[in-house]
Amino acid sequence: MTAVSDPSQLSDLVAEATDTRVNLDFESEGMTLNMGPQHPATHGTLRIVAKLDGEQVISAEPICGYMHRGYEKIVEVRTYPQINALINRIDWLGSFANEVPFILAAEKLMGVEAPPRAQWIRTILFEMSRVANISLFLGDFGLQLGGMTAGFYAFRDREHVLNMIESATGGRFHPNFDRIGGLKDDLPKGWIADSHVAMDKLLAFCDEMEDLLVGNEIFQSRTRGIGVIPAEIALNYGLSGANLRASGVDWDLRRDGCPPGLVYDQADWKVWTHPDGDCFARTWVRLQETREAAKIVKQLLDTIPAGPVMAKVPRIIKVPEGEAYVATENPLGEMGYYIASKGDLVPFRVKIRSASFNNISIVPWVARGAYVPDLISILGSLYFILGDIDR
Amino acid sequence: MTPMLASFDPPYWLSTVIKVLVVGAVVPTTALILGVVFLFKIMSWMQSRLGPQEAGPRGLLQLLADGVKFIQKEDIAPNGADLWVFKAAPLVVLSSTLLLYVALPASAHLVVEDLDVGVFYVLAISSLSVIGVLMAGWASANKYSLMGALRAAGQLIAYELPMVLAVIGVVIQAGTMSLNGIVFAQNGGAVFGWTGIGNPYILTQFIGFFIFIAAVQAELTQPPFDMPVAESEIVSGYQVEYTGFRFLIFFLAEFATAFVFAGIAAVMFLGGWAVPWLEASSDWYYVLGPAVLFAKVMVVSFIIFWVRFTYPRLREDQLQSFAWKFLIPLALVNIVATAVLKVVF
Repeated sequence: MTAVSDPSQLSDLVAEATDTRVNLDFESEGMTLNMGPQHPATHGTLRIVAKLDGEQVISAEPICGYMHRGYEKIVEVRTYPQINALINRIDWLGSFANEVPFILAAEKLMGVEAPPRAQWIRTILFEMSRVANISLFLGDFGLQLGGMTAGFYAFRDREHVLNMIESATGGRFHPNFDRIGGLKDDLPKGWIADSHVAMDKLLAFCDEMEDLLVGNEIFQSRTRGIGVIPAEIALNYGLSGANLRASGVDWDLRRDGCPPGLVYDQADWKVWTHPDGDCFARTWVRLQETREAAKIVKQLLDTIPAGPVMAKVPRIIKVPEGEAYVATENPLGEMGYYIASKGDLVPFRVKIRSASFNNISIVPWVARGAYVPDLISILGSLYFILGDIDR
Repeated sequence: MTPMLASFDPPYWLSTVIKVLVVGAVVPTTALILGVVFLFKIMSWMQSRLGPQEAGPRGLLQLLADGVKFIQKEDIAPNGADLWVFKAAPLVVLSSTLLLYVALPASAHLVVEDLDVGVFYVLAISSLSVIGVLMAGWASANKYSLMGALRAAGQLIAYELPMVLAVIGVVIQAGTMSLNGIVFAQNGGAVFGWTGIGNPYILTQFIGFFIFIAAVQAELTQPPFDMPVAESEIVSGYQVEYTGFRFLIFFLAEFATAFVFAGIAAVMFLGGWAVPWLEASSDWYYVLGPAVLFAKVMVVSFIIFWVRFTYPRLREDQLQSFAWKFLIPLALVNIVATAVLKVVF
């Protein structure tokens, strides 16, 4: 034990050792600003160490891992149905979407296919979680740029979608509804009509957001030309989802690589891109995506086929030996599971490819030269979820 | 009753005590009213929620409960803080607010000090709060605080100028710098010869009114000009290290200042404590004046807070260019136009 007995002296030593004592430490050249792990703009526990010259960012480095839960390791001692409940917590705003690629990968290994009705309902719930997720983004981004009201409207209208998800699955945030070979249950009575109403409300919400936020001049001056990511850079950093499409890359896994088991080809919809690659483009693409998702849901609701929702699968699920990777276009971008199985009750190894981890890797590149308020715009528009980064 | 009030002429010490008590009571009351009505209730309704419901009838006493809670909290100062400056800063900000109330007339005689240069005094005193903000930001020994304070200083100085220039149009039209004189001039005035409702200067000085409200918004550091206290960027800026009653004082000062600025806008542009169809010299204003002024203040405050709850936040450099490239030239044009028209008519 060292000779330090005075607690305040000890805390100073610890602070120096871990380089977190940002408040008292004015450097002669520029200033190091430690944003987070507790900061209102980081949606949780992302830490960003920014070197500043005045208000201009010289370098910004995201440091993640404060919320690491070790999912990739823990699933090695969990059965497949148990894993399904766990991975709901990765992207907690669009939970159902986390289940789908995992279940599809397991089905691929087992050679099982879900009945058509289950495929339809899966796709509908997948798109509903996209609507719930991105509608909250629109409000949250407004909140970060100082427009309080947008945030509350988003929470209000997301509720309509969550109610539908809850009434179908029993869980508002963590449905745990998907099963290998189908779904846990059929839809409740009257759900289809109610969902139509909810989607109409969300479409109205998108119009409202366009009036209140996206069309606002102050909002545009805060986002246009800020944080521009060219298409080439975006591809090199492995961005996916709306962040990539906002840079003008026309790539959407729902259209360009939809795994069997989802029925996006049954609906008439469009992939939106934007040539600018700035914060505004990312917001705009997401706004359009919310609309498209609501339209997909409305179309599929009208064409759900009759039949069972569960294929014949053994009661105790053992996945045969083999390896499979299935990725889907989740609300945040490409999300995939690489399952390596040795034929046991539990997988041998699972690699989770979550979108946010790659999406924030571009922060150091895109934040150079930005002002501190722009850093908030950039972080907000890249739209990450901490559970999706740290897993 | 009114003649008795008019002839009420207490000795100097007594009148001073009364004035101090009145200002001391009015400042927290107005802050409370604005806080409850706008921050809690109207903001909630605009955002489609209910707002506080439990404390008092319809939750109207919530702010009182919050105030009591703040007073109970421990008074914490950061380790590296410059203690004396840190503790004095909220008081400096509050003193600026208190001094502003001195000049606000609630009727011809219901005014703490009827200054001949009331407009000048108000504009000068309102810049005092910058010192308190800078003190708070520097003494907190926090990087967010410092950035917030520097932003606040830059912003308040930039918006002092459009505010002064916006008021000059009113001063030219009224021909006086006394706030009461401006009320009398509006009450007895005429819009291009029409005396129907006097001449509330918002009719002729609408550009000035717009600039004044924009500048007030910036002085109060409210959205879209709230960068000094932006919670999503610099975590409430210079207020970040304050807790308990020192934070409460910042809060009080913010809302009381909003009230007094709305009052000054009402006096200069909306006819102040007078109504058009009643002569400003009438004795009725002893009771009517404060009520009329209060109603007008609520209208102006509604505009201020409506904008606050609706718009996102500008960036600091965008705010500066908005002031220097748009508001100030506009205000100068307004002054020239006012002066020309004053000479012509």
